[in-house]
Amino acid sequence: MVERRRIEVRALARVEGHGALHVALEGGRVAELRLEIFEPPRFFEAFLRGRAAAELPDLVARICGICPVAYQMSAVQALESLLGVEVEPQVRALRRLYYAGEWIESHLLHMIFLAAPDYLGLDDAMEIARREPRQVERALALRALGNRILVLLGARPVNPVGVRIGGFHQAPSRTELEDLGDALRPARGEAEALLQWFASLPVPRRPQEIELVALHHPDEYPMSEGRIVSTRGLSVEPDAFDEAFEESQVPHSTALHCRLRERGAYQVGPLARLLLNRDHLSPAARAACDGLRDRFAQPDPAASVFARGIEVIQAIDEALSVIERYEPPAAPAAPWTPRAGVGYGATEAPRGLLYMRVETDPAGDIAQLRIVPPTAQNQARIEDDLRGLLPAALALSEEEARRRCEAAIRDYDPCISCATHFLRLVVDRRGDPCLASS
Amino acid sequence: MSGERPRLAVHKLASCDGCQVAILNLEQRLLELADRFEVAFFLEATSRAQSGPYDVALVEGSVTTPSDLERIHRIREQSRTLVTIGACATSGGIQALRNQAEVESWKQQIYPHPEWIEVLATSTPVSDHVHVDAQIEGCPVNAEQVLRVLTRALLGARSDLPGASVCLECKRRGNVCVVVARGLPCLGPVTRGGCGALCPSLGRDCYACFGPSEDPNVDSLARHLRAAGLSARDVARRLRGVAGWRPELREAALRLERGDG
Repeated sequence: MVERRRIEVRALARVEGHGALHVALEGGRVAELRLEIFEPPRFFEAFLRGRAAAELPDLVARICGICPVAYQMSAVQALESLLGVEVEPQVRALRRLYYAGEWIESHLLHMIFLAAPDYLGLDDAMEIARREPRQVERALALRALGNRILVLLGARPVNPVGVRIGGFHQAPSRTELEDLGDALRPARGEAEALLQWFASLPVPRRPQEIELVALHHPDEYPMSEGRIVSTRGLSVEPDAFDEAFEESQVPHSTALHCRLRERGAYQVGPLARLLLNRDHLSPAARAACDGLRDRFAQPDPAASVFARGIEVIQAIDEALSVIERYEPPAAPAAPWTPRAGVGYGATEAPRGLLYMRVETDPAGDIAQLRIVPPTAQNQARIEDDLRGLLPAALALSEEEARRRCEAAIRDYDPCISCATHFLRLVVDRRGDPCLASS
Repeated sequence: MSGERPRLAVHKLASCDGCQVAILNLEQRLLELADRFEVAFFLEATSRAQSGPYDVALVEGSVTTPSDLERIHRIREQSRTLVTIGACATSGGIQALRNQAEVESWKQQIYPHPEWIEVLATSTPVSDHVHVDAQIEGCPVNAEQVLRVLTRALLGARSDLPGASVCLECKRRGNVCVVVARGLPCLGPVTRGGCGALCPSLGRDCYACFGPSEDPNVDSLARHLRAAGLSARDVARRLRGVAGWRPELREAALRLERGDG
């Protein structure tokens, strides 16, 4: 008789938003696998139609409590290209500083609160704090620095209020940035030490064939702009997103996934950014990356935690380089006038590429909006990864198999609330909630 | 709440997770909180998911699906004190913009299989469905206010968050008024304080993410904004923001849209 087993994770913990995993195994084969999302859809693209262009940076921030800056940055990039607004160099630099703050905040949230408990066999960061107080303090102090950057430029870390089309509502003074620089300089060593601690933990290995996709910029580590490139030769401008990517239905379920045309699933996020942009790392980040060389010889989603650690060092160095060259801009924001048009934005959210297409009407109000968040793009890849991992998990206890699946999903740092304004909650014929994307 | 630590739960309905992140942003003090309370359920932060009863439940998010409607009743049954956190839970959130739209037609436009979309026609605050013991406003909440409410809960005292407007916080900070000095369409005069007047302190206009203050005179502010040059439609759109489903704001917006504002 063929052995049948089911693995059910009814509520994924330590991820952002609500999801579940259902797996059916038959005779060592994965008969069915569904990463379900029961996060309620919020219809952002629909209700933002008719809002003023100027409101968009404040409103799209509400899509995600962890990466509001990413939504603001993709939105202003799309709107500024549409409006023909040139952002002055110091304002552009401040935006890199701002984005660096979010990378630090989000990566450390993932590393210490969401991922680290998996490597230690614990339930949460509060338990780690009892066993390894020094490492948790270190991570929290680094994370607080990321939040400090967000507060300086946006007044608060969640749904910050400083960004506007053309720049910021207010530019910081030279002294404020110097104070920030004083706090950031010792942080690089702390970030290196934290990465070393993670490297000493039993982080699993799951190397596999993956097409990685990220932005690439000729002069800098990608953050706020660049071409969309992949490890298999893709290279397009953001306005050609729809020519390169498509959303298609998977035969075994009602789920639609974002895939590369004629190639299939791909991965976005820190691992993709790092492996496609090693030549633009700062010396300290480069050294950290070289030190973990064997973890990056082949794409391995489980090594994403190290990519995050390296990007924390990179973000600190990016921030310091902005601070050291800072001169307050003549005006915190460039002027603009409403008009009709279409604009595209593609920036690197902590979890990966965030694409946005904005269309305005002659009054300057939002006529159409399309947002493709990173988690929607990683969806198909997560399922492929789990399919590869599961046959070996048959030999394990159900509890251990479930733990491995959950940890593998966490490697992608999925942001389900983000994905869900876009991912569709659907119910299949048997009444199970399933996932599909628009 | 006898000799043992009181049990704390953090639940989430339709939301961006931002209020939970604001709590995680307490950093070191979060660890202290975890000493004072037994964190029995906080899916974003811990794999240890324990069932009720809970002494205090914090609820983020609005009610937008039939299953969440059931869930909020279960949460209420299991919780001695239920505290809503953030604009979604207290006002219906930005997603309440769908409440006056044809959600059915949105589904037809956006989804090839609209019959699979299982959502309620409206996004509503938790207090529309169950009794709420205390509300903490904000999009996101100010975590200091969350700590204050939890500390008072430990002492057996009720929430005492202030209901005065953002204007009071501007005066305390010594801000120059952006309405008077620059003619910006600031909603501070009708918005509950608690953020620390963040927007006016950056020289920009408040957009009411902490919801209406106590006894706000929204019509008067609307007349002022119209005299300053905004159209009735623009003022109404501004009122229909992240806390726009609150009756004080949406009724004033409706009057403007009807032309009797």
